[in-house]
Parts: sequence; structure tokens; C-alpha cells
Amino acid sequence: MMRKSPMSQHAPTVSTEASAPVGTRYAPSAGRRARRRSFVPLWFALPAIALYLWLVLWPSLQGVSLSFTDWNGMSPDKEFVGFKNFIDVFSLPDGVGAVGRTLIIAGSLLVIQNVGGLLLALALNTRIRSKSVLRTVFFAPAVLSAVVLGYTFKFIFAPLGPLNEFLLALGVQSPPNWLGQPELAVVVIIFVIAWQSTGSTMIIYLAGLQSVPQDLIEAASIDGAGAFRRFSSVTLPHLAPAITVNFVLTLIAGLRVFDQVYVMTGGGPANSTQTISTLLIQQAFKFMNYGYGAALAVVLSVLIAVLSLVQFTVLRRQRSE
Amino acid sequence: MNRYTGKTLLLEITMVVLAIVFAIPFYLIVNVAFQSPNTTGSGVTFSWPPNFDNVQIAWVQGGLGAAILNSVVVTVISTFCVIAVSSLASYYLARTLSRVSRAWNIAFLLGLMLPLQLATLPLYAMIRDLGLLGTVWSLVLVYSAMYLPFSIFLYVLFIRALPIDFEEAAQLDGCGPLRVFWHIALPLTRPVTITIAILVGIAIYNDFFTPLLYLAGSGQETAPVAINAFVSQYSTPWPVVFAGLLLLSIPILAAFFALQKQVIGGFAGGLKG
Repeated sequence: MMRKSPMSQHAPTVSTEASAPVGTRYAPSAGRRARRRSFVPLWFALPAIALYLWLVLWPSLQGVSLSFTDWNGMSPDKEFVGFKNFIDVFSLPDGVGAVGRTLIIAGSLLVIQNVGGLLLALALNTRIRSKSVLRTVFFAPAVLSAVVLGYTFKFIFAPLGPLNEFLLALGVQSPPNWLGQPELAVVVIIFVIAWQSTGSTMIIYLAGLQSVPQDLIEAASIDGAGAFRRFSSVTLPHLAPAITVNFVLTLIAGLRVFDQVYVMTGGGPANSTQTISTLLIQQAFKFMNYGYGAALAVVLSVLIAVLSLVQFTVLRRQRSE
Repeated sequence: MNRYTGKTLLLEITMVVLAIVFAIPFYLIVNVAFQSPNTTGSGVTFSWPPNFDNVQIAWVQGGLGAAILNSVVVTVISTFCVIAVSSLASYYLARTLSRVSRAWNIAFLLGLMLPLQLATLPLYAMIRDLGLLGTVWSLVLVYSAMYLPFSIFLYVLFIRALPIDFEEAAQLDGCGPLRVFWHIALPLTRPVTITIAILVGIAIYNDFFTPLLYLAGSGQETAPVAINAFVSQYSTPWPVVFAGLLLLSIPILAAFFALQKQVIGGFAGGLKG
């Protein structure tokens, strides 16, 4: 019911168009287009264009140019240093570490959220009676602030927190200091983000599942296709748009990760959980290395643009095959 | 396969158990927030009767009451600005078929790909030079620009799918473009307007990164930043922190449960566009 809402919202407009006889639809279109061309004047878009140029495009361009300087964020003079900041990003241990870690976090989240979200969606797309309650429960964390969940899990994973208390009760001798050990802390961060965001991945898969024709599934099962075969040959191809959207969204969100890291570990212990975004802020605002911070931002932008473009083309090619 | 079988029951039980495990953090937030200040232990034991001291401390000492009000004000004003500016622009982009309008449409689409981190540092310097640091207006300005590409993207798709006949009829009857927009096009875009308002509103209310930059330490903080400051400044006990988290979550959860259908539909449909 709920899942249909985006479809039903669009339904009236689609049906009026479809019900118009072909002749009346196409005949006057040439004249219409001529009138339409000048109907809405450009000034309608001017506030948006001004804001966008002033506060998005212009600072973005400046960001690129700053990454080639040694600006400290305050002083009026800055020197052009060529690719020095970029060489630093890929040679200093904190830069290399942050880039690698960001890629690991984004890759893990891509896999976990999509597998988890798809499995949850498939389970809720059955006859079970509690599905609308379950959907609300799994989705609810997505509307909460990452700060709320960051602190909640910082508490849960604290050395003397509920999780370790539970482990002690189970007989585990010395439960780990989850957020105090570099490798474990990264795993915990990935877990927390997955816990928060898998619900929204699930919602998009659920919407996608509504476009799988039920009679096709029934036909396949009459023809003797097992559950797995039905899924791979009938359901999966229909999910292609949802898969594309989810892959791109989870990847971008994963690459940009900031809030949870900032709240749970602050990038520590000893910079071992620093991601590109958190290192960028630390370098620019704490150490006044604006140029280095800007270079990190450019690296992040290029990663996001290249990886989402690659993903988009690969998924599209697979779909058309 | 459409009947409720034993297998379905098994699946149902598995999923309910999973959901209960999944919801444990929610239980902890509420439970710890209402713990009495002298409780020892990790917060798993059910605290009854509920103790409102923590909530009061967070509200008064943490200044959370004012911060939540700030959050709500910023969210409402910014969302309104995004909607106003982008609906007007999208009407032009969707209905005027000229080379200029197509070029701008592509320019705005490009903004969907552009990571905000790139603009962050220069934008910070700009806001600082404007003297807006530490005021909520910095956020309103930044958000109004930041969410334009996303909002315009959804609006243009939706308006293009609307039949143009009513608008043309009104135009023939002598309506100017602004009146056609206000009386005919805008009411028809209601569903997508609601979707955008919900998605943008949630994102702004929960945002931590932007207000941390522009408002930290100003006394005008939005709630997520205020909680963060509160926690790191004094070694605040967990129950008080959790009371703060609960207070911060109440407005958004209330909105979520009141508009559940639209929120979930928005996430599914909006992101799918």
C-alpha cells in the first residue's frame, strides 16, 4: 500500500496523457512548441542561477585552485605550489591512510547495504503479516541524525558498555576495547553506518520489487523454476533500476563519510580512523593547511565522480545486454 | 506461493526476532535517558519509574531547548527557500525549450555530481568575509544553494510529465506566466513538492557537518552541534547525553510517524527519480 504511493502519485498525469487520442496529441505540437519556447521567461530561474553560481559553482572552482597553493586560510598571500599538496596526499601516511580507509569503508558499505537491503526487501515482500511494522522499524534509523546514532553506539561499544557486559556474561574473558583499537574501530564505524542506512536501501529495493510482474513469477514456477532461478532470471532483471540507484547512492554516501567518524572516534586513535572528509576538516581548520585540505577535497571529488561514472556505465551496459 | 504456509511463519518469526535485535539501540536511548542519575551498571536494566532529571539537565544546562528551536527554524526557513527558488526555476527549465534553458538544466544536473567538500573551504571563507559566521543565516544561505540541484532535478522530471493543456488554456485567457505558475502549475506539483520538502527537511535537520563549521561555539548552534559541544566540553554523564539525543530525535520522529507514508514514499520515489 505504502510502497505504491510514488507510483500512484504519478498515475493521474500518466493516464491523462495516455488516454488522449494519438492524433490530437501530435498534431498541434509544432505550434505548441513555438509558443512554449517563450512562454516562461528566464527571470523565473534567475534566483536559482544566482545562488548556484555564487555559492556552489564559484566556491567549487576556487576549491580546485586553492589545492595548488599553500594558503593557510587567513593570510591574504598564498603561493602557487603546483602539485605539492597532491603529492602529499599520496605520500604522507595520514593522506594515504585516509584515502585507503575511505575506499575500504565505501566498498564495504556498498556490499553490506545492498546485500542486506535486498535480502530485507525480499523477506518483506512476502505474505508475512508484520511487514509494515517491520518496514518502519528497519527504516526508522534513516530519519535520525548520525550524531544520535554515533553517540548511541559509542556508548554500546564502550569498554564497560552494554556489549562488553553482555560478552562478559557469556564468559568471554577480556572483551575488546572496540573503539580503541584501530582495525576494530573501522569495523565498528562500518557496522554503525550499515545499521543506520540499510533501511533506506531496503526501501528502494522494495519499491523496485513492485515492478516485478507477479504473473511472470508464477509462470516461471509453473515451468518448474526453483526459487533461486526465479530470482535470478525474473526478479533480478526487473530490479536493475533500483540496483543502479542504490549502488550509486551507497557508494557516494560511503565515500563522504564524516559524522559517525567525527562523533565516535574523532579520527583517532592516532589518526587510525581518519577518512578523507574528517582529515580534510582537521587539516584545514585545526592545522591551517587549507591547501592540503583543498587537495583532499579534490581527490574526494574525483573519486566520487570517476567511481560513480564507472558504476553507472557498467550497470547500464549489463542491463542492455 | 501466495498462501501463508509454515515456511512463511518461520520467515515471519525470524524477521520479528531480527527486528527486535535491530531495535535494541532505540531501547537503550530511551532507557538510559530516563535512568536515575545514581544508577550504576551499563543501562540495560529496565529503569522504572522513569526519571526526568536528565531531560531537565540536558534541556537547561545543555541549552538544548534553544538549540532545537534553532534547528527547527533553520530547517523550516531553508526548506521553504529551496522550494520557492527551485520550483520557479524548474518551471522555466521544464517549460521553456530553448538552448539557454537546456544549458542551465545540464549545469544544475552537474551539481548533483559535485561533492560539497570541494566548495566547503572557499565557501567558509566567503561566509566569514560576509560577517555571517555564527548566525543561522549562514546556514539558510548555504542550504538554499546546496539543495538546489537535487530539488530542481526532481521538479523538472515531474513538471515535464504534467499535461500542459491547462497552462495553455489559462495563457490564452490572458494569464501572465507568474499567475499560470501560481494558480495552475504549482498546485499540480504538490506530490513532488511534498517529497522534496521531506527529503530536504530531514537532511537539514540532521545535518552536522555544515552547522559544525558555521555555528560551533557561537551560542546559536543547531541541536546536533549543541549536543556535540555539550558532550565534549564537560565530561557529561551518559544519561544526560542520551536525554539530549532523545530530545533531538523527538521532533523528527514525530514528523516521521505523522507522515510515514509520504516519508517512505519520498525515499523510494524521490531517490528513484
